[in-house]
Amino acid sequence: MTAIHTAVIKPSPIALDVERIRRDFPILKLKVNGKPLVFLDNAASSQMPQPVIDRWVRYQTSQHANIHRAVHYLSETATAEYEAARRKAQAFINAREEREVIFTSGTTEGINLVMHGYGRKFIGVGDEIILTTLEHHSNIVPWQMLAEEKGARLRVAPVNDRGELLLDEYRKLFSGRTKFVGFTHVSNALGTINPVREMIAIAHEHGVPVLIDGAQAAPHLKVDVHELDCDFYAFSGHKLCGPTGIGVLYGKARLLEQMQPFKGGGDMILSVTFEKTTYNVIPQKFEAGTPPIAAAITLGAAFDYLAETGMDRIAAQETELLDYATAEVNRLPGVRIIGTAEKKAAVLSFVVDGVHPHDVGTLLNEEGVAIRTGHHCAQPVMQRFKVPATSRASFAFYNTLAEVDALVAAIRKVRRVFGS
Amino acid sequence: MIAMADTKHLYQEVILDHNRKPRNWGLPQEATHRAEGVNPLCGDDIHLALRLADDTVEAIGFEGESCAICKASASMMTAAVKGKSRADAEQLAHEFRNMATGQLDLTQPHHLGRLTVFAGVRDLPTRVKCAILPWHTLQAAFNAVATTSTEAEADPMHAPIGGA
Repeated sequence: MTAIHTAVIKPSPIALDVERIRRDFPILKLKVNGKPLVFLDNAASSQMPQPVIDRWVRYQTSQHANIHRAVHYLSETATAEYEAARRKAQAFINAREEREVIFTSGTTEGINLVMHGYGRKFIGVGDEIILTTLEHHSNIVPWQMLAEEKGARLRVAPVNDRGELLLDEYRKLFSGRTKFVGFTHVSNALGTINPVREMIAIAHEHGVPVLIDGAQAAPHLKVDVHELDCDFYAFSGHKLCGPTGIGVLYGKARLLEQMQPFKGGGDMILSVTFEKTTYNVIPQKFEAGTPPIAAAITLGAAFDYLAETGMDRIAAQETELLDYATAEVNRLPGVRIIGTAEKKAAVLSFVVDGVHPHDVGTLLNEEGVAIRTGHHCAQPVMQRFKVPATSRASFAFYNTLAEVDALVAAIRKVRRVFGS
Repeated sequence: MIAMADTKHLYQEVILDHNRKPRNWGLPQEATHRAEGVNPLCGDDIHLALRLADDTVEAIGFEGESCAICKASASMMTAAVKGKSRADAEQLAHEFRNMATGQLDLTQPHHLGRLTVFAGVRDLPTRVKCAILPWHTLQAAFNAVATTSTEAEADPMHAPIGGA
């Protein structure tokens, strides 16, 4: 808890000491194909620093038992640590109440929880759900499933050629039939930062609740759900230096209380008879079964690590990396950046003329450079920009300008090999 | 240091050359068999057509959009099976798939010849399907399956090739 306070009080005027930060990440010392690993696939999953790894080990070596159950020492310890992690999540996104923080398996489960818990209860035939072209499949498919089941309809807000949301077009989609809005905070395929505050305000003018997919935003920007006034905010632990299998769904208490449970089981009930079950209060109502206790507690340590490092300094370092990479890649002939929004975070998607992204990815791997190639689970974005796939470099605060140089040199090599 | 595939052995000049100047590009006249092969994961999409006369591949050609590995594989495949009997072409498809998935001992007798330049994909699991797709599509054409895919039931990594 001290760590969080330190970060809030100190406005972090000094730039990050990246070399010192890198020493915290053992995996960054790896060599791949005889070359130093240049890990630029952070938008898919980020790496874990030693203090966070150590937290998992400490939990498993001295604190593990099932939570919310027994009266013995270990169960009480594990329960206390698990609930402490919930408060760290609460502080990380500035939620008003800790019961508004639900642990999920990740962003996908968070969105599915809202679809089942809110959507299936409150959305019916003829109702409309607004999404945007920029969505990851995980914020499209659940709503499509709901629309099919209920006879509801999806409306999609378009983007311009830079990959920026057209706010006026978005506004025009609202009508008396609009019952829900879901959109991404930061596009995973293009890096666009959406004008979420305005988008939320427009939805609220129409009395419509909003879910934000924060998977790509939470690792890079200071997220304040209270200030944003969003109704739901979902993100994943493994994209912000935490483990896989754990994520957070924030929801306004008023809405969470009205919603139906997503999964049935232990811990989400107050009493059970074969005639009737009384559900538990939030957040337990949405946490059926034994949760990923170790992952949640370890995620808590990741929140501490990020808070100590300072989200503003993290954002500044990543902006410097993205600006430098954008300028360098723009100088390469035959290479085109996809997604040129004015406001972007940590993602550089590009195509090399005449070379399929998978060939780019394989050749970059030969140089030790790890990027993602493909449609990035955002096929509507690929269709909008008329490309089958892109190559995507995505940055974290532990990346360096020298690593950007390695990326650029590797892209030059791709062009040499293909004679393009 | 992590031992990984030396992809220098994959992007050899012969593969790059077939990618730049694919042989048998374009679909032949009066084709008797055709199929489309798609890999939805990377967007590879090839159309293959051939003319079978007296059980011999008399003409064969392809076109489409794909990565270099897939395009070069299709180009070299068409060159390899042209003039061969269907049975010989199917034997090659069988050996190629086994090579690409690391199940063929290249020191034992085989019929692959220059097609062994693709042996390196066995160490790159995500690229195996790129190399196999043309052969998978050839089998689909022989078996009169209009469209095949590298995914779901038609996945060549699970289903025996041409078993659609």
